[in-house]
Amino acid sequence: MANHKTSNASQTTREAQELLSVRHLKTYFPIKSGVLQRVTGYVKAVDDISFKLYPGQTMSLVGESGCGKTTAGRTILRLTPKSAGDVLFEGKDIYQLDAQELRALRPQMQLIFQDPYSSLSPRMPVGEIIAEAPRQHHIVPKAQFDAYIDKIMKDCGLQPYHRDRYPHEFSGGQRQRICIARALALNPKFIVCDEPVSALDVSIQAQIINLLMDLQAQYNLTYLFISHDLSVVEHISDLIGVMYLGDLVERGTKKEVFARPLHPYTQALFSAIPVPDPDYKMNRIILEGSIPSPANPPAGCKFHTRCRYCMAICKQQVPPSYEVEPGHVVNCHLYAGSPVVDDLVGSDDMEQQLTREKLAASGDIAAGAATARGQLSAEEIVSETLKEEARADSQGAVLDRGRKWMQEREQQLERMQADRRQVETAAAALQDEAAPAVRPDDSSKTEESLK
Amino acid sequence: MARKSQKSANYLSARTIRRTAKENRRITRQFEQKLNRKHVAPSEYATTMKDPANVLEVEDLKTYFFTDAGTVKAVDGVSFTVPRGKTIGLVGESGCGKSVTSLSIMQLLQRPQGQIVSGAIRLTQDQGQAVDITQMPISAMEKIRGKDISMIFQEPMTSLNPVFKIGSQLDEVIGLHNPDMSREAVKERTIEMLELVSIANSRAVYDMYPHQLSGGMRQRVMIAIALACSPKVIIADEPTTALDVTIQAQILDILRRLKDQINSSIVLITHDLGVIAEMADEVVVMYAGRIVEKGTVEEIFKHPSHPYTLGLMASKPVVSRHVERLYSIPGNVPNPIEMPDYCYFRDRCDRAFAPCFGEYPPMISLSPTHKVACYCYQQSADTKE
Ligand SMILES: Nc1ncnc2c1ncn2[C@@H]1O[C@H](COP(=O)(O)OP(=O)(O)OP(=O)(O)O)[C@@H](O)[C@H]1O
Ligand code: SF4
Ligand code: SF4
Ligand SMILES: [Mg+2]
Repeated sequence: MANHKTSNASQTTREAQELLSVRHLKTYFPIKSGVLQRVTGYVKAVDDISFKLYPGQTMSLVGESGCGKTTAGRTILRLTPKSAGDVLFEGKDIYQLDAQELRALRPQMQLIFQDPYSSLSPRMPVGEIIAEAPRQHHIVPKAQFDAYIDKIMKDCGLQPYHRDRYPHEFSGGQRQRICIARALALNPKFIVCDEPVSALDVSIQAQIINLLMDLQAQYNLTYLFISHDLSVVEHISDLIGVMYLGDLVERGTKKEVFARPLHPYTQALFSAIPVPDPDYKMNRIILEGSIPSPANPPAGCKFHTRCRYCMAICKQQVPPSYEVEPGHVVNCHLYAGSPVVDDLVGSDDMEQQLTREKLAASGDIAAGAATARGQLSAEEIVSETLKEEARADSQGAVLDRGRKWMQEREQQLERMQADRRQVETAAAALQDEAAPAVRPDDSSKTEESLK
Repeated sequence: MARKSQKSANYLSARTIRRTAKENRRITRQFEQKLNRKHVAPSEYATTMKDPANVLEVEDLKTYFFTDAGTVKAVDGVSFTVPRGKTIGLVGESGCGKSVTSLSIMQLLQRPQGQIVSGAIRLTQDQGQAVDITQMPISAMEKIRGKDISMIFQEPMTSLNPVFKIGSQLDEVIGLHNPDMSREAVKERTIEMLELVSIANSRAVYDMYPHQLSGGMRQRVMIAIALACSPKVIIADEPTTALDVTIQAQILDILRRLKDQINSSIVLITHDLGVIAEMADEVVVMYAGRIVEKGTVEEIFKHPSHPYTLGLMASKPVVSRHVERLYSIPGNVPNPIEMPDYCYFRDRCDRAFAPCFGEYPPMISLSPTHKVACYCYQQSADTKE
């Protein structure tokens, strides 16, 4: 990596600008019982998560409901108190800030919720909802304030005349735009989006996702995106973290995690995604039983009660974080033999892997190769570790699974592209055929001629 | 509805509203009288199926809501058939009338304002007989609901009674439709049903209350209740929307397996095209209360034809199909109270051309099973014939 000038430069500057760093974060909620309200246990909502985020990136947290995604987002924003660990925002530990410092920092870290209706005050006109907080925080000089709010509204797809209307007069999608505008007006650097499109219709979802991505490009925003819809996550993220019962069990770049899900839970989760292609015969892993209670998680690996590869060691020892590919980290005993990483080292590699992917994607293959020099390629590492394991004991199944996954995904992709081309050519042909003699602009004429 | 009509309601004077309300009462009273009749001879609603291979035939169904702000034509001329043993998928955006269609079939519309105003819903009975649900009084409908046709709702909590144990709720359904079964036999059947839907400790769950179960377990209990009497048709309205993908996979698996075991048909309502592709044999796409396209699952996914279907497919991100930007259909659904007299999709359609400025397009056949309501295909159909 060091021998390429531009990537080296961008790397160092980026490191300096690292926006968010979460280290071994834990959030436990006490369970109180009895007359004395004594604490009799803890719900381990977030139980050790670590990752780093750089400006302009989107990291998604995925997992089943109740696995702690929302709590993780809120703890990172210091809206829910942490139990252990650190959250560093631009190098500052936000849990060390006093009330005044925190207040000054608040505008830079925003939250967008799932339900756009209940988070908007029904008695306030939309203009006021958006303008209230930026006015208090003196985001822009008074003279420019109105123009600023107008611009924010326009960027979010709202019209200036919407300012005097009330939230109930808007549709679900528009209300979500209002929420986004309200967050954006504070000129934030970091936004936690908690299921922002889950309550919306497919076609509206697309509008909001496009809007979020446009704004990210325009304002260099950093998102922590929380969603259970994996197809949306795949579309929007750079990095993925998979949570199970409060643990971040796997993380890596989107490409890596989707192409080669390593953790048995991730594999099951991804295999459950319904694919809109009737020919696609899914090789589905049905998880038996339901998610155990976070108040009383299983010992050892928390997933062992539902894991098809469960071994003796899984019931006793918590698996460490293994870095199976550069930047692709998984907490699972199946990958014993891969280097154990401290969570943060892994995160840095995740960042480098992303840079490599980006460079490769932008056609700068040479640069991509240069950054990878000196390290085994991802495939080599996977096959090395997997081979070793297959030899070591009867875990050959893992190797097969990994291969099958890659093949299936590739075939599926090809088929879909072929279908798409077919549909497009068919549509194009049809449009030519049905090419109208009169354009709709001449509607008056047409209507008459039709009568 | 209240929210949707708000805008137009704001502009109605109190007098107009009073007048509409009065008129509505007059209309709905007539429908209600017919529904509340007692001792109706079964011959009055007896009919025969157009095609004996079908278990359910919906023909030109119109279901309107008579609200103070005006008449909402929630379902406006919908026709489709459900062959024995098949799964029909019903897709479309929120508010397009999917749920109203299914509630009409079940006669569970919110009355008195919601009424089936015309059309036929034929449900097969034994020995080549059939009944027309639109003509049935409530008393007769109650006898077939849960036995010949049953429904699974999106939110199982609202349809399970929170104060009764799971077991007794299932017992009740089974006992009601099998009056000569002994109590013990009913309980055994209940436990058997719970096992069928993969509830592991069924005897313990028998004595639990709904709130003690997880969302996925509750939905399984709902499926057990719906399937307890081996109905001919199961209507599943967004059965997995509130659930996680892994639980969704379990539930779909159970539904598919049980459907074959008891040889019934499913009408599956969902907005998730992935679920449709996986489960359905035939697909019906609805837009603003009407069917815009229908066909076999291959036809709809391989050759989506209506501009709305195309837009719907393009706007959903798909894992491993990479696009820079998602397509989003411009504009909004028309106001359900003042539907236009031309193609409902025209104001959002990127293909609109001269004929679209005429009346609502007819259903055009692209193949014996593939139909689409769009002028784009008129020529190809004309030349074929
Ligand atoms: N009780 C009611 N009174 C008045 N209008 C109603 C009532 N119930 C439904 N409607 C209207 O009927 C139309 C169709 O609604 P329906 O519930 O069938 O939509 P849907 O396709 O099931 O949507 P979703 O995907 O959100 O479930 C909508 O315009 C709705 O507002
Ligand atoms: S550590 Fe063991 S139980 Fe846990 S996911 Fe890996 S194989 Fe399964
Ligand atoms: S009939 Fe015309 S306006 Fe309607 S969907 Fe077809 S092309 Fe579009
Ligand atoms: Mg519905």
